[in-house]
Amino acid sequence: MGDGGSAPLHRHEGAPMRIRLEKRPQPSRRWLYLSPLLAVLVTMLAGGALFAALGKNPVEAIATIFWEPLFGEFAFYYRPQLLVKGAPLVLIAIGLSLGFRAGVWNIGAEGQYIIGALAGAGVGLAFYPLDAWFVFPLMVIAGALGGLAWGMIPGLLRVRFGTNEILVSLMLVYVAEKLLAAMALGPMKNPEGMGFPGSRNLQQYPSAHNADLIADTGMHWGAVAALIAVIFAYILLGRHVLGYHIRLTGQAPRAARFAGVDPARLVLFCLGVSGALAGLAGMFEVSGPAGQVSIDFNVGYGFTAIIVAFLGRLHPFGIALAGLLMALTYIGGEIAQSNLGLPAAAIQMFQGMLLFFLLAVDLLTNYRLRLLPRPETA
Amino acid sequence: MMDLSSISPILLLASIMAASTPILLAAIGELVVERAGVLNLGVEGMMITGAICGFAFAVNTGSPALGFLAAALGGAGLSLLFALLTQFALANQVASGLALTLFGLGLSALLGQGYVGIKPPPTARLDIPVLSDIPFLGPVLFSHDPMVYIALALVAAVWAGLKYTRAGLILRAVGENHDAAHALGYKVVRVRVLAIAFGGACAGLGGAYLSLVRVPQWTEGMTAGAGWIALALVVFASWKAGRVLLGAWLFGGVSVLQLNLQAAGVALPVEYLSMSPYLITILVLVIMSADRSRAPASLTRIFHASQ
Repeated sequence: MGDGGSAPLHRHEGAPMRIRLEKRPQPSRRWLYLSPLLAVLVTMLAGGALFAALGKNPVEAIATIFWEPLFGEFAFYYRPQLLVKGAPLVLIAIGLSLGFRAGVWNIGAEGQYIIGALAGAGVGLAFYPLDAWFVFPLMVIAGALGGLAWGMIPGLLRVRFGTNEILVSLMLVYVAEKLLAAMALGPMKNPEGMGFPGSRNLQQYPSAHNADLIADTGMHWGAVAALIAVIFAYILLGRHVLGYHIRLTGQAPRAARFAGVDPARLVLFCLGVSGALAGLAGMFEVSGPAGQVSIDFNVGYGFTAIIVAFLGRLHPFGIALAGLLMALTYIGGEIAQSNLGLPAAAIQMFQGMLLFFLLAVDLLTNYRLRLLPRPETA
Repeated sequence: MMDLSSISPILLLASIMAASTPILLAAIGELVVERAGVLNLGVEGMMITGAICGFAFAVNTGSPALGFLAAALGGAGLSLLFALLTQFALANQVASGLALTLFGLGLSALLGQGYVGIKPPPTARLDIPVLSDIPFLGPVLFSHDPMVYIALALVAAVWAGLKYTRAGLILRAVGENHDAAHALGYKVVRVRVLAIAFGGACAGLGGAYLSLVRVPQWTEGMTAGAGWIALALVVFASWKAGRVLLGAWLFGGVSVLQLNLQAAGVALPVEYLSMSPYLITILVLVIMSADRSRAPASLTRIFHASQ
């Protein structure tokens, strides 16, 4: 029979041909680059169908999302937003990609992002209203350490007890969200805020403000950090023995062990780095674009970054591009919301769809589709 | 002022039974999926999709029963996307499960737009005759809505099905060693797709129990991690159906207790109390992870028969 084995995608009686999957000896390089593009294209088509089903003009909706922020009438306003929204996504996704390559699944970046923001803002608020050059650097360090600590919890538990890091890191997102609410309503509440929840606005505290380095470009310290992270990850993966160990562990865990890779150290490294980068992203956000610790401070960058990491093929440069593309869907999505009345949830679904299609077309990278004549005996 | 005497043990135990039902349903479904060798991390996404499907149908038809049916179909439908990705496109199960959750959260928010602030038709309580009159045990065990009994029956059916039926044996064989099962002539992919759909239907029911009975209303993201807790529950249960029940009562107990403590006015801010179900989950995972030998051997491994 061999039917289940050859996994025919279409079984149609009387069809002369059938499709067969053959594993490629090596992943196709061509499809490695083509599949994200194909996925984006298919997502646009499916998204268009979704928008049409919602009673919107699909072409107009897609154009609003992908064209308007870059080349539309108000592009001068939206383009800087690309960096503002792309920077945290890239920063988080770079960290996640290291782990994903090694089979370490940190999916709690959202929590590490929140804790980084709380730690960074906490330091800034503690120094208020002191005007000193060292406040912001200390906040950066605190943000990184906060995220690092939160990421190390699943890391240490996995190394010490063999606990599943997927579930622990995810549970810690909910804990972090509750902590954020507790802080915004309690210890970090603005004493001059007339009882409203939320901290002081760090944008109005110059020593702690993560302002645009060049006015109105969106180029704040977070974008600089994201750029450094991309270059750092590229060198690490391509030139450093640790990067080699990460790749080896992902592809052949047993071989990696024989090659002298310490799996425990690798797990801690991956979760630590991804936690620290997510923490930094949170810290730059709370001291810059967001400005304050509030209940609804986090908007899901930690989860969207998972899509960014995969869309970028877990490659640093790919992630940089994917982060900008995802930022585009956020900005374009907001425009489509206000101009076309497209619901916010539709954009969220659109982003989820992208990951779906990416995983589906990835089949072409590792497998070859073959048309075979149908065997007579079948 | 804290007043613990306001917490009645009978009401507490009865509400634990109800509180544990959503995660019990989702976890027993996921257990079957994992015993077939597939890890579906999309439980949260399927639950919330079930929650809105069930809610919308119940509101529009006026029948909670039809709502639950729609929820099961919705959850199963979404899970087939996961099956398509992992069983036919041979995609990574962890990534596909995450995609399912992200997609499901978006989908449910979209579907639920017109349903915020509406009350669903009430699900009638089913007092089991005679048994529900037993003092103490009656109100605790035998005076609930039908879904509580259905969930318990499902656990028993899964336990017996896995242990004593031929189908259960095949499912376990596929989960332990898919190459051997394939060599014996079992349809690995077909078994797994069916298991995934069953898991999706159960998760959908669990979600609908939240939106139709527990809360009962629709809010975006209302599952709040229940699907992930259900996943943890399967690990806690060492992939055994009976222990899922135990675990669900434990988690149900924790969430009911913290709600009662909130109501009783404990001096701790609400935010810290509501962390407890998640922290307990982590704690339990740590304790249980010492015994990893019980995980199905083919879990998360991709099956492609040409190899």
